Amino acid sequence: MTTNGTLVALDKVTRLYRMGDVEVQALRQVSTTIQEGEFVAVMGSSGSGKSTLMNILGCLDRPTSGRYLLWERDVSRLGRADLAEIRNQTLGFVFQNFNLLARTSALENVELPLIYGGLASRKRHRRATEALQRVGLGDRMDHHPNQLSGGQQQRVAIARAIVSDPRLILADEPTGNLDSRTTAEIMGLFAELNQAKMTIVLVTHEVDVAAYASRILWMKDGQVVLDQPHTPSTPLVLSHPDGDQDPGRPEPPSPPDRSTDGSIASLAAQQAHT
Amino acid sequence: MNLLMVFKVALRALLRNKMRSFLTLLGIIIGVSAVIAMVAIGQGAQKRVEDTFSSMGSNLIIVRSGSHGAGGARGGVGSRLTLTWTDLEAIQTELSSVQVAAPVLQTRAQLLSELDNWNTQVLGTSPEYFLIRSWSMASGSVFTQADVEGATQTAVLGQTVVDELFGANYDPVGQAIRINNVPFLVTGVLEEKGQSQWGEDFDDVVLVPYSTYRARISGGLQQYIPGSIFVAATDPDDTSRTELELTQLLRERHSIAELAEEDFSVHNLTEMAEAQQEGTRTFTMLLASIAAVSLLVGGIGIMNIMLVSVTERTREIGLRMAVGARPTDILAQFLVESLTLSIVGGLLGVAIGISAAHLLSKQYGWSLYIPPDIVIIAVLFSALVGVLFGLYPARKAAKLDPIEALRYE
Repeated sequence: MTTNGTLVALDKVTRLYRMGDVEVQALRQVSTTIQEGEFVAVMGSSGSGKSTLMNILGCLDRPTSGRYLLWERDVSRLGRADLAEIRNQTLGFVFQNFNLLARTSALENVELPLIYGGLASRKRHRRATEALQRVGLGDRMDHHPNQLSGGQQQRVAIARAIVSDPRLILADEPTGNLDSRTTAEIMGLFAELNQAKMTIVLVTHEVDVAAYASRILWMKDGQVVLDQPHTPSTPLVLSHPDGDQDPGRPEPPSPPDRSTDGSIASLAAQQAHT
Repeated sequence: MNLLMVFKVALRALLRNKMRSFLTLLGIIIGVSAVIAMVAIGQGAQKRVEDTFSSMGSNLIIVRSGSHGAGGARGGVGSRLTLTWTDLEAIQTELSSVQVAAPVLQTRAQLLSELDNWNTQVLGTSPEYFLIRSWSMASGSVFTQADVEGATQTAVLGQTVVDELFGANYDPVGQAIRINNVPFLVTGVLEEKGQSQWGEDFDDVVLVPYSTYRARISGGLQQYIPGSIFVAATDPDDTSRTELELTQLLRERHSIAELAEEDFSVHNLTEMAEAQQEGTRTFTMLLASIAAVSLLVGGIGIMNIMLVSVTERTREIGLRMAVGARPTDILAQFLVESLTLSIVGGLLGVAIGISAAHLLSKQYGWSLYIPPDIVIIAVLFSALVGVLFGLYPARKAAKLDPIEALRYE
């Protein structure tokens, strides 16, 4: 994998939520880096902090403490307007429920980030057309979301994510609402984008989906308990997460039983049990 | 994001819910058109009062004989004759602030033509009277100073009198009429004046030289004027100075002691006009404020619909923020939406208000005046309503947390 620079650097990032009198630590001193060109899958049970991590990576939220360097810029203390500009210029989002504007054509949906980027109409039109062609929807540009299948809608959303040529794509369970055949199509598209040097961070529950990634982060109780490289498109095998055996902390996910297949699938199964 | 783009997005959002946008618009339309129609009618009434008084002479001052006191019972104004013909002469010659002055003697009398008879008001006066009241002639001419000196039997008729005695569209100049059986030659007909604010018909009158009046219609004491003196001030804007001078002159002439009550009274018509105008102004204000309340209700309608819109489009707002909309972009978008509603409503309201005012004035014969600046004021005011009532929903939208907005169901 080409790693020609650090894109994301998290340094002891903590995020606290206050719910009445109770303080919830959604992220606890998470430190990690993501290199350009990586394809990271973030896994973990619900409540493990992976959504909070995605929100902070996506500049939708700010850490309570710690630093977040995105493309060598400290974004952890920026205001709402500056964060909006960073999201517009540097990031692309893909959501589980697509989040396309209804009664608006695919082309105009894809143009949306460029409108806020201040691009002129003709330029917007050209780049949105290119992005739609890239995701294989060159012939559906005038269709409204309700005239498109789920997979096609997600392709429009991906086109929207890449139209402003971002540094990082953040996908939050992008295949959660899709059947397995469409999932494979969409993941193929992500893999294609990654091969074209696009950095992708993806949250998923599904092992099959995570298997497309080049690196797996497993989260539990607001911490990264497992960080392992992976060769894309090979079965996912999980190694024992070293150096995280602090007895004062909650148990990391029990390492997969070496007597069984040792894949992350069994880990996921255990998680589902507890 | 430039303003044109913001406007396009806003227009799209409004057109997406045509019925709802139209109903919201209706609130503003009704409010603005009500304001316009009410102001037009109110201003029309005010203008009519102004016209009435200016047709009576805006620089007119009336001097009447004073009250009469005998045995403790005090009579009203004019119950005792105190103004003399020499007083009139003095007013005409001694005061520089007096343009002209004319005696006005009046009574009611029976008029007779070859065809019909009619009871009306007869005024005995001098040719200056026409000048004071700025009355002009529809046909023929006014009797002259020579007519006054020679006490000729000449008369000028009002239009109503002509209609009653000769029928409509008849020119009676050169015809003879009888006033209390005395024959008079008609020398002229007054231009139509219409009615005064309180329903007095200015056209139901016949004017004759005061000398003839005294000799033939109603006499009186030689020395005293059995009526009042109408005075035109030189400067219409400074009638109070003329009033003061008149009072001083007459006090002196009537030898009235420093603190004693005057035996005459001086009325300034401008003051009366102002009082009348004050009344109609209050009336206009009242109408306009009632109409403004409906504009306020229209504004609340906008606020309501914008709040609904913000809630409905929470996810859209979240998405727009995620792809790079700054809070100010969201604020601008919703503000422009409410502004578009209110300005379009304002423009339509102006059009409908003007037509409604015309319709009403046609139906009920009300006079109408649409001040040209009211159109601009109405549109600006409805724009203000749009901003005022759009600001809260727009701020609410701009303050949304993108994470929660995206998660909103």
